[in-house]
Amino acid sequence: MFGSSSTTSGQQTLIRRHSLTVRLSHWLNVLAMTVLLFSGLQIFNAHPHLYWGQYGADNDPSVLSLDAVDSDGVLKGVTRIGGFSLNTTGVLGVSSVDGEPTVRGFPAWITLPSYQDLATGRRWHFFFAWAFVLNGLVYLAYGILSRHFRRDLVPTRSELTPAHLGHEIADHARLRFPKGEKARHYNALQKITYLLVIFLMLPGMILTGLTMSPGFNAVAPWLLDLFGGRQSARTLHFVFATSLVAFVVVHVAMVLASGLFNNMRSMITGRYAIRTEAPLASPSEIAP
Amino acid sequence: MTSLLTRRNFLIGSTLTASALGLTGCDALAENGNVQSVIRMAERLTMGTQRFLIGDTALAREFGAGDLSPTFRANGTTMPDGAEYQDLLAGRFARWQLQIGGLVERPTSLSLAALKAMPSRTQITRHDCVEGWSAIGQWTGVPLGSLLKTAGLKKEARYIVFHCADEYEKTLDGSGWYYESIDLVDAFHPQTILAYAMNGRDLEVPHGAPLRLRVERQLGYKQAKYLMRIEAVADLATFYGGNGGFWEDRGYEWYAGI
Repeated sequence: MFGSSSTTSGQQTLIRRHSLTVRLSHWLNVLAMTVLLFSGLQIFNAHPHLYWGQYGADNDPSVLSLDAVDSDGVLKGVTRIGGFSLNTTGVLGVSSVDGEPTVRGFPAWITLPSYQDLATGRRWHFFFAWAFVLNGLVYLAYGILSRHFRRDLVPTRSELTPAHLGHEIADHARLRFPKGEKARHYNALQKITYLLVIFLMLPGMILTGLTMSPGFNAVAPWLLDLFGGRQSARTLHFVFATSLVAFVVVHVAMVLASGLFNNMRSMITGRYAIRTEAPLASPSEIAP
Repeated sequence: MTSLLTRRNFLIGSTLTASALGLTGCDALAENGNVQSVIRMAERLTMGTQRFLIGDTALAREFGAGDLSPTFRANGTTMPDGAEYQDLLAGRFARWQLQIGGLVERPTSLSLAALKAMPSRTQITRHDCVEGWSAIGQWTGVPLGSLLKTAGLKKEARYIVFHCADEYEKTLDGSGWYYESIDLVDAFHPQTILAYAMNGRDLEVPHGAPLRLRVERQLGYKQAKYLMRIEAVADLATFYGGNGGFWEDRGYEWYAGI
């Protein structure tokens, strides 16, 4: 739906930027991914250690661990990644519950439910995982059939030259955003980022999640080989989730920096304002 | 610029307030009965989809001897303290008998020696705790399906219930006894065995001596330990909380394939 101008007012043009399907799937995704993150941290808290390989439990070496240690009668939260340890009391390992320092992987304010309840966390996680997967399938089908991916997301050859990419990175770093006709389309960095999220990170999230399911292991044993085992898949699930959180942080920052109102309007109503540099009317009409 | 910043601060402020309210609101939602019944629909969808994709006989991955966990974590009850179990343990389970009853043509009871004399299956599989950890162990036991064929299931039988010797949670009404249940698809699955040996030795007490269930396409809490009696039934509603298992009565899914 890019670029089809509908109304013009002076130098500002409202274009139709996002189709209804994209808008609906975007907001359903916001809801699903928010619940998945918070309930996922609840599930993680049941065993706040990550391993690599087919198996992994308390007596096996972990790659990441949120621990609580007793130092002279005071609970201390320790985050360990590989051989590197960090005191994270108050946030990771040990955090406050009703004013009391409590042994918890992630703190209460970021888990669903806020208190320790693995059974409820699992049920919410799987319900919204279904919503997320079905939403994703509708979006994929739409993206292919409507040529949304091809038209709006696949970069052109000229966009992928090092010179062009270097230029865009420099512009982005200075928070200089495309104006005028260029603002009709995503820039190359946006296209590459969105393609990575849609075709690598989100499928990676789902597939590593399914690899943790003993039932699904019998359906697709090759997933165990792809990710190097159930415990590796659990660790990668966490890595993908962390990188998605990082994506959302940058995404929201960019939305704020490039015009919150215009961006929100385009994702709610579909309409996005661009400023055209030259007058739309032909010179002959201006000078009679 | 000033008005923009003000609007932005207002938005950020209201978003933070909304998320703080949202989180306490989430606890309230999670405890709401109507919301729970919607959220719980995911279990049936998962079970239906997995069963459709998996078929009845697709196998769980089996591993090699080199993949065994150096230490297999024992979980849940590690020493049942009931007098009956302690007495059986003192006699090295010589007086222990597995009762097979309920909706069967020929109720039977079998000694440990009788079970060990039957055709067995040995498999190296991964045990996945609902908490997230995994351990790989080798199990030897009698296929449950062959025991059920010998006993002869009645037509109405739909589930197999496993009664255990451990009272996991001490309660006045006795609702804390461990039990589990599976349907006939899993009961007759070739890897579903009643295991009496682990890693080549007699099953140790922390792992469920003298006999435990292995149902390899589901999570750890389905692998009931300290088996005393198995019962074929038409319906799970009459047992304890009515959800088909100790953890199921405490909110966990009956179908633990994910």
